[in-house]
Amino acid sequence: MTTTTSTRGPVRHRPGTTAATSQPAPRRLRLGTAGASVAAIVVALVWIFPVYWMINTSLLPRTQVQSRTPTFFSLDAGFFNYVRVLDGDSFLNALRMSVVVTLSTVVFVLIFAFLGALAISRFRFRGRTSFIIAMLFIQMLPAEGLFIAQYRMLSSVNLLNSAIGVTVLYTAAVIPFTVWMLRGFVAGVPAELEEAGMVDGLSRTGAFIRITFPLLAPGLVAAGVYAFLQAWNEFTIALVALPSNSAQTLPLWLRGFLNSSASQGVNWGEVMAASTLIAVPVIVFFLIVQGRMTGGLVSGAVKG
Amino acid sequence: MNTTTSPPVEAADRLVRGAVPAPRRRPRSAAPYALLVPAVLVILLGMGYPVYWQIVTSLQEYGLAQQFGQPPEFVGLGNYAELFTSSALWAVVWKSILFCLANAGITVVLGMLFALLMKAASKLPRAVLQVAMLLAWAMPMVAAVTVFKWLFDYRVGVVNWLLVQIGFEDARGFAWLAQPLTFFLVATLVIVWMSVPFVALSLYAALTQVSDEVMEAASLDGANAWHKFWNIVLPTIRPVLAIVLLLQIIWDLRVFAQIRLLQDGGAPVGETNLLGNFIYALGVGEGDFGSAAAVSIFVLLLTIALSWPYVRSLLKEDEA
Repeated sequence: MTTTTSTRGPVRHRPGTTAATSQPAPRRLRLGTAGASVAAIVVALVWIFPVYWMINTSLLPRTQVQSRTPTFFSLDAGFFNYVRVLDGDSFLNALRMSVVVTLSTVVFVLIFAFLGALAISRFRFRGRTSFIIAMLFIQMLPAEGLFIAQYRMLSSVNLLNSAIGVTVLYTAAVIPFTVWMLRGFVAGVPAELEEAGMVDGLSRTGAFIRITFPLLAPGLVAAGVYAFLQAWNEFTIALVALPSNSAQTLPLWLRGFLNSSASQGVNWGEVMAASTLIAVPVIVFFLIVQGRMTGGLVSGAVKG
Repeated sequence: MNTTTSPPVEAADRLVRGAVPAPRRRPRSAAPYALLVPAVLVILLGMGYPVYWQIVTSLQEYGLAQQFGQPPEFVGLGNYAELFTSSALWAVVWKSILFCLANAGITVVLGMLFALLMKAASKLPRAVLQVAMLLAWAMPMVAAVTVFKWLFDYRVGVVNWLLVQIGFEDARGFAWLAQPLTFFLVATLVIVWMSVPFVALSLYAALTQVSDEVMEAASLDGANAWHKFWNIVLPTIRPVLAIVLLLQIIWDLRVFAQIRLLQDGGAPVGETNLLGNFIYALGVGEGDFGSAAAVSIFVLLLTIALSWPYVRSLLKEDEA
């Protein structure tokens, strides 16, 4: 959506308008544009401030963080808070857990959702519409309406605090939307292309792998990143499914890190360094796919 | 992307299918069902069984005693009757609904305003605003709540400092999260901050569809900015606006995590619990799984009812 430029320019110099009416209009438009531009910048600064403040604080020495007068910019800034956060085992353990859970979720989601998308976009079968309706409703269900039962289920089969249990729950939660998302991509590759490949002597599978699959790559990337973001950021299910300190994912760890230091005065510099470390991969991935996300925005719940 | 490329293909697909009575590919094949098996199995395991368990448990007396082996007693709708006649639940329900509507309303109004700003601003400021929106949108929820707790820290937080600087002496050492009203104010700020970008960017995308020619013609006919907004812009973006508002309402009902994180560190938990937190306290806290399951079923039904218009609009898109 960043590519869309306003057509105001050409409109302003439309030849059809008479001199009398076109004369005052441009000035008002320009004034309006200037005002809107200033307001846009102000809003942008306000909105970006928390992110700036997170990064700024993460770089400050403790004395400046604890000072009653905030430091907006410091020459003493450095990465010492990051060093201390990365020093202990706890961050790295949580990172390992997050990576394992997130990657397994992404892999399973991609395979299962892709097969599902193939079914609903390439075949008309009895129950297809019911399946789609079920998927659309399921993707709206909130974690807090299910997590008590999920907690009981995992504890009854001894899968609390295990990456397997959380991965199953995350995969189930993410699949419905990714099936819907991929459906569009699969439908966008005409079956005729595949059939043409088969006429030219490829097997059905061969035609699929050589022709359809490469065309689907962007869709799979988008679905994968969506699954990544969901699993990486998830807090609610993780809170009930991973009660042990030794099995925390990063969001749980960050909460524990903040709370454990609360009694002797929070070291906000380190907490902000930890927050930044968790946010950076997300922001990078998010910016990579933002075009896709905002493109499909109203055709699906992108972030829930 | 997917929405722009697929319709023609699907339309062609439909034409072909319309002409030939039987489905084009492998009629009556088992293939689609086989392809759905993994997805369906995982969903049944991860969500289907929990829903089933909740329905069964909500009809049982299932408390601490049952956790230690006593068989649960079937009480029919007893849990529901007990809950829905208790003032505690209704207090939480109304608080949740009020909080949800307030947040969704503020988010959509601000999103609309920011979208109009993007449309009206010149190229560079617009890009700056879009980047700011994307950054806020991309922030992981837990990190965002943590940052807001730091911004509103009672002792050395930048918000209290700023308020004191502009003359509000009372703000010195003010503990925002210690009282329900200011607690919900901070919660609203976090949630609105995180949610506005989605709304603003969606509505901006919709605004680019508004015809400049029509706007120009309206100006020539003497319409003022408000008339143009009300009679031209709003009708064009209404479908997007409706969906965005609906999604926001649904999402703002599920704020368990944000509330839970803000409660850490001394907030009055009983008075700040919303629906999700209420379920958590009943189930994990008190071990009363029967009642927790009953409230969960209520939340699920509420979500399904609210989601219906959204699902219908998506289905229309699938058929179109």
